Amino acid sequence: MSKAFRLPHQHYSTLKERALHPFDSRSYDVLQAVDDLSFEVKTGEFFGIVGRNGSGKSTLLKCLAGIYGIDAGRIEINGRLSPFIELGVGFNPDLTARDNVVINAIMLGLSRREARRRFDEIIEFAELEEFVDLKLKNYSSGMSVRLGFSVAVQVDADVLLVDEVLAVGDAAFQRKCFDQFTRMRSEGRTILLVTHDMSTVERFCDRAMLLERGSMLSIGPPDEVSQLYNEVNFGRLDDADTAGAEPGQTVRIGRVWCEDTHGARLETAGHGQTCRACMELEFRRPVAFPVFTMTFRNDMRHTIFRATSMPHPAPGEFRAGDRATVRFSFQNLLAPSHYTLTPGVGEWDDGYRLLEQRDDVASLIVESDLQSGGVADLPTELEIVRS
Amino acid sequence: MNAQPAVSRYRGPSALGDDLRRFVNLTVILAVTDFKLRFFGSALGYFWTLIRPLLLFGVLYFVFTEVVRFGDDVKNYPVYLLAAIMLFGFFAETTSRGVNSLVERENLLRKVRFPRMVIPLSVTLNALFNLGLNLIVVLVFVLASGIEPRWAWLEMFPLIALLVVLATGVTMLLSALYVRYRDIQPIWEVALQMLFYASPVIYVTSALPDSIEQEAMASPLTAVLTQMRHALIDPGAPTAAEAIGGSARLLIPLAVVIAVFALGVWVFMREAPRIAENL
Repeated sequence: MSKAFRLPHQHYSTLKERALHPFDSRSYDVLQAVDDLSFEVKTGEFFGIVGRNGSGKSTLLKCLAGIYGIDAGRIEINGRLSPFIELGVGFNPDLTARDNVVINAIMLGLSRREARRRFDEIIEFAELEEFVDLKLKNYSSGMSVRLGFSVAVQVDADVLLVDEVLAVGDAAFQRKCFDQFTRMRSEGRTILLVTHDMSTVERFCDRAMLLERGSMLSIGPPDEVSQLYNEVNFGRLDDADTAGAEPGQTVRIGRVWCEDTHGARLETAGHGQTCRACMELEFRRPVAFPVFTMTFRNDMRHTIFRATSMPHPAPGEFRAGDRATVRFSFQNLLAPSHYTLTPGVGEWDDGYRLLEQRDDVASLIVESDLQSGGVADLPTELEIVRS
Repeated sequence: MNAQPAVSRYRGPSALGDDLRRFVNLTVILAVTDFKLRFFGSALGYFWTLIRPLLLFGVLYFVFTEVVRFGDDVKNYPVYLLAAIMLFGFFAETTSRGVNSLVERENLLRKVRFPRMVIPLSVTLNALFNLGLNLIVVLVFVLASGIEPRWAWLEMFPLIALLVVLATGVTMLLSALYVRYRDIQPIWEVALQMLFYASPVIYVTSALPDSIEQEAMASPLTAVLTQMRHALIDPGAPTAAEAIGGSARLLIPLAVVIAVFALGVWVFMREAPRIAENL
């Protein structure tokens, strides 16, 4: 399918201007937002659509949702398609949560009776029982997003289209959202997700597609697509020098995850818990003195903590074809937030040279009762001397 | 999931959609919500939607019965004036709110797939709720001025239906055009004012010079208001058929209503797939 927008050089939208400049207004640029794209998503698949800003992914989603008309090609959908791409569309700040839920549910395709019947369930899921009769303008943004998500999961569609929903809400609610997605997938529903967040893609998607200027750059397993995404964005995201090394040529980084001391996978970690940040590697050419790093960034994208193998004994040489799993154990003293993990492999050869790095491919949510406001909560001892 | 999910193919949004139940549900919920918001948004709620036509009525009543003494010749002039203000007010409210209805709902249009026709129809429906309430007030005035209830009052329903079709046609036409041409709104404001004086609201059709009375009746608004006077206010007043000179000629205002509605539907259907991106 294709989709082009006509971008007039200057938008004449009044009759007078049109009358004064009858010919000027005919000149316009054509922006080919989605260019001859063809792909297929299987039933029950969790499909990620990734790409930079302006790569056409939101336009694609709007075309799929039937909001924009397409210029050429066709779209075929098996089953019922969810009609929305954003949460809480049409929420009215002057109405109570109760009214908004009913309106929103009807907008998304439920009947009045169904909407009323599922009302309690929706409110319970959003954990907003105390605020049912509060006007929405008095809600925090997080609360209204929760409400929007709770309504959206009630819609019984076979195919769901989701645009960047996971970037909002607190850690606990995000986990709930993920659980819902997992449940929907197990019910055989198909989910198309547009996102920038590579860790979401890797954790949830069965397949992913990378868009660039309206065309498909790649489609396939999420780890390969997210690797390519990082390569496309390499110049902008990477702060280290990679000159001389083709990404992915020397060493390939496979799965990246966090686990506890028993090897069980961790999505969330408590304060003080011992965690292990892990990455799987496959060397494509010999590396005499590899250096492994794992960078933790918080949700503000500040680098908070970087584990590196430098202070540890030299790991020894790796030959082409060698595989390894690298684990950094650390005591989690990070402040509660949503962290992303960026694994890196470098080489020490009269100086440090980065060979491979993949930004934000996994995540770790840190929970704690203490909200100190800092980026790390180091153990302290307290002494008070009254004088 | 359904055992045999239906394969649907589509190329873009449409005016009517394919799910009638959802179409109706959406139209009603949008109209009801707007109505509720105006009702409960302020302390006196509905009072404010009534005070405007009543104030207009008060001023015109004073001018035409006390100053110009025009109303003296017309039987039950105050009640006619009030009923005409309410009916014309319905047409004016529907169309003037309808003009920018699509632009106002930009957020919905860009984020949700739904039949586009829902939006102008919900505007009409909302105005119809107001008209219903306003007509209760009219009814009180009618009874208070000693007019005997008659079966002919039921003629109000087809008359209002004609008005609804006309107003909906205009709303569809204007709202679709307004997306592209933003000066539709001031143009329509002026046109509405002209229509107000061109229609028998402050005067009655029979007061027009004979030379233009039949031509004036070509306007559906004039025809509806003329018949309303006969049916509701004064059985002695001429019917629309008498005013235009024969029942057959009533096909002219009827044809105008149908033509406006058809044009509105045609333009709206043509524009519907591109509304979201032109906003």
